[in-house]
Amino acid sequence: MAQVSLRKVVKLYDQTPAVRGIDLEIADKEFIVLVGPSGCGKSTTLRMIAGLEEITDGQIAIGGDVVNDVPPKDRDIAMVFQNYALYPHMSVFENMSFGLRLKRVAKDEIRRRVDDAARILDITELLDRKPKQLSGGQRQRVAMGRAIVRDPKVFLFDEPLSNLDAKLRVQMRTEIKKVHQKVRTTTVYVTHDQVEAMTLADRVVVMNGGIIEQVGAPNDLYHSPQTKFVAGFIGSPAMNFLPCRIEEAAGALRVRLSDNLSFPVPEDRTARYKPHAGKTSLMFGLRPEHITEVPRHVEPNQHPFEVTIEVTEPMGMETLVYFTIDGTEICGRVNPNAGATDGGKMKLLADLNNMHIIDDTTARVL
Amino acid sequence: MTAVTASDAVAAPRPKYGSISKSRRWALRWSYFFLVLFAIFFLTPPIYMFITSLKSSAEISAATNPWWVFEPTLENYIELLTQNQYLIFFRNSAIVSVCVVSITMIISVLAAFALARMKFWGSATLATGVFLTYLIPETLLFIPLFKTFAFVRDTTGIELMNHWWTLIILYPTLTVPFCTWIMIGYFASIPKELDEAALIDGATWLQTLTKIFIPVALPGLIAATIFAFTVSWAQFLYPLAFTTSTDQLVLPVGIVTTLIKGDVFNWGQIMTGALLGAAPPLIIYAFLMDYYIAGLTAGATKG
Amino acid sequence: MADIAVSRAGTVNGAGGRTSLHRLMQRKSTVAFLMALPLITVIVLLVVYPAIYSLHLATLNKSMERFVGFGNFTFLFGRETFWLVVKQSCIFAITAVVFKALIGFVVAHFVHNIPSKGQRKWRGMLLVPWVIPPAMSTLAWLWLFDPSYSAFNWILALFGIDPVPWTGDAYWARFSVILVNIWIGAPFFMIMYLAALKSVPEQLYEAAAIDGATWWQRIWYVTLPMMRNIIAITTLFSLIVTFANFDIVRVLTAGGPLDHTHVFATWAFRVGIEGGDIPLGASVSLFMVPILAVAAWFILRDITKRGNEA
Repeated sequence: MAQVSLRKVVKLYDQTPAVRGIDLEIADKEFIVLVGPSGCGKSTTLRMIAGLEEITDGQIAIGGDVVNDVPPKDRDIAMVFQNYALYPHMSVFENMSFGLRLKRVAKDEIRRRVDDAARILDITELLDRKPKQLSGGQRQRVAMGRAIVRDPKVFLFDEPLSNLDAKLRVQMRTEIKKVHQKVRTTTVYVTHDQVEAMTLADRVVVMNGGIIEQVGAPNDLYHSPQTKFVAGFIGSPAMNFLPCRIEEAAGALRVRLSDNLSFPVPEDRTARYKPHAGKTSLMFGLRPEHITEVPRHVEPNQHPFEVTIEVTEPMGMETLVYFTIDGTEICGRVNPNAGATDGGKMKLLADLNNMHIIDDTTARVL
Repeated sequence: MTAVTASDAVAAPRPKYGSISKSRRWALRWSYFFLVLFAIFFLTPPIYMFITSLKSSAEISAATNPWWVFEPTLENYIELLTQNQYLIFFRNSAIVSVCVVSITMIISVLAAFALARMKFWGSATLATGVFLTYLIPETLLFIPLFKTFAFVRDTTGIELMNHWWTLIILYPTLTVPFCTWIMIGYFASIPKELDEAALIDGATWLQTLTKIFIPVALPGLIAATIFAFTVSWAQFLYPLAFTTSTDQLVLPVGIVTTLIKGDVFNWGQIMTGALLGAAPPLIIYAFLMDYYIAGLTAGATKG
Repeated sequence: MADIAVSRAGTVNGAGGRTSLHRLMQRKSTVAFLMALPLITVIVLLVVYPAIYSLHLATLNKSMERFVGFGNFTFLFGRETFWLVVKQSCIFAITAVVFKALIGFVVAHFVHNIPSKGQRKWRGMLLVPWVIPPAMSTLAWLWLFDPSYSAFNWILALFGIDPVPWTGDAYWARFSVILVNIWIGAPFFMIMYLAALKSVPEQLYEAAAIDGATWWQRIWYVTLPMMRNIIAITTLFSLIVTFANFDIVRVLTAGGPLDHTHVFATWAFRVGIEGGDIPLGASVSLFMVPILAVAAWFILRDITKRGNEA
């Protein structure tokens, strides 16, 4: 049983806040991913959980025990570093067993645990090699093996895949997920890559500027972001944002994007947006995947509009199209056969079922 | 250069790469030519030492070609190595060097680890101070040290002068700063994650040092050891100033002061003694050249 | 220890974990300080203290009973030998360092030019002078310069040249001292330059070649600027070492003939240890400080500058 809980955790570096009071409850066996741009405090948070950074204020508990003053070795955690941090002078076996040997665990017990971990990670035949003789992916496995062998309460991963090439990264991502399914240890995983975050996590924690923007299951973050930052951070290409106004006419709401472009607001959102009618600080948000070519069959709340395409980017399975509305660049994703051409006119469809309205003064999604 | 341009002009119709490879070949020839010249310059004294060491006194004073041995003999070697005095010099040098190397390495590895990894109040200043002390030559310190030792004798009765083991106290001033400096450089180049991993694995600071840092920085450690050994083996000024009795001398001073008796120079023996005295550093250098050179360049390129 | 344990338990109950963690950090720095303590002891006791003590010594009279202020210095200024020593020390250091640097640079280039599998062997041979203890190798030079049996003079005689008084004549003796200095020091420059040459990326030369640079322009515009740091540091190091050198002059000429090869170190030894006038010897050696300080200041500036760039 190992929940991890952070209560009002603050970290100052010489009075500069890196983490400004975060609260987070991580359940037993959960896979949590901390994601955010560089400098958002995600690594600092992880290192505070590990005990590698002093906590300026607040409280961190692992398995119910407050660990603020507990040195890393007594926190019963294991950490996988970005550059693997394998001891270069030790063989894979020695690397994996170093912690156990320091604890004076019996020899055959060490052997058994290393063998088990090696089997899980499929590195049994590498045990006698030195890190120098391993490929990037293999080193990554060994680093994970070193964590597994210790059978800790919590796994901590600090951007473990960012030193791998793109193909290997995808492969190791799956690997990490499989390992977690096998060993079921509470895991805190830090990355700046939102795809990694979405694919791995039970719950994603989006951080920005030292605070938590939103915590939620990957799909929740995608479909109902709570802040403008999350809306823009999750999803690729990023969500389009446009200044807009909510207009009320004859009991129905319209969202106006420019002088000659406005859409009716879906009926189920009328009540939600009504109080904001007439405000000037609103942003309209719509993901590129919700701006498509006009299909044969149009659902409710999907509205066609015509634009001049400026640039097209064929991706194979789809084509990204770029156009501007009132000087703001907008991206859409259309079928490669929809006939988008550079500079050509095209009829597109906006799926307002997935629209968001953001109050730009509070940066919150309404 | 003129030769190259001339051949270029003659071989104008030929393809360009032909002349490139040709000029490269010439550059190579010139390089070898000058390297041989410089090698002669650099190796003449040691080779001449060797030539002289194989000669008898009679041959040395004969008016024959000094660059050739007509009747090679080992009598100089035999005489020196059976002579108690020379063996005492050698023993003194060996004990002093081994002790100094051990003391130096213990002091500088501990300090370098503390300075590179465990910041404490004034640690940055101390690191700079270490480097500065490395720049202070022994020629500036021997007179006040000489006086200080006399003072110690007068107040405590401990005679530090004229004992070979005094050198064990003195030599660390020459070796410790530099060794600490290059060990700081080597330790600082170890990624920080490695000690964090060790910390999480449950290693204490001392275990991190002995089980991670020392093995990983082993090349640097070897380089520093070689440096400490070479310096203490070659040191000339301190033993000359601080030791006088024949049985307390170390090799360099022993050879210079005892084998040169007044105006009677026994050059065969002097050269033999010097060659044997130069042998330990040379042998170490021959086997560990790469470490030796790494240590040499580390002082300026690291840190 | 008991005190600490008690007060520690107290703070945990009171103000929470912060203070005791703080104490832990303090303890870590205490451990670090203890680890650095032997180093500090050596530096303070055997370097800093004597350095300051020599300042004090320099202000005493010969029997070290009376304070004479700048008496020793004014006495030195009035002595011809002192000015000889100043002149010789500077000439030796500057000439030797310039030639060491030049020869080192040239040799490093030649070594760098040849195929890399042969480089190790040549490098190894050319560094031998630096490895032999200077006192020993200077003995070999002394024998090569021997007034009656000089092997060099024997070669010169083959060409009908009169014997050269290598260590007997003031000017020749100075030349010999500089020559031995160069012989010992040039390999060090060679090794440093070679390391620097290897660190210049090959693409820069390729780019320069495509831009139409001749080999001379490549050295001038690519090699030298890239090596500027190493050249500066090595030169300053060598300046310090050469300026403060003792072994070579002591063994080769012992300062003679007629003090015409004495440098600060050897003269300080002659006056202070052999002559028994310790305060005067200390005063002589103190004259090395200004030049050493300037060189050290430049080195330190250079190193901290590079530290900031990294």
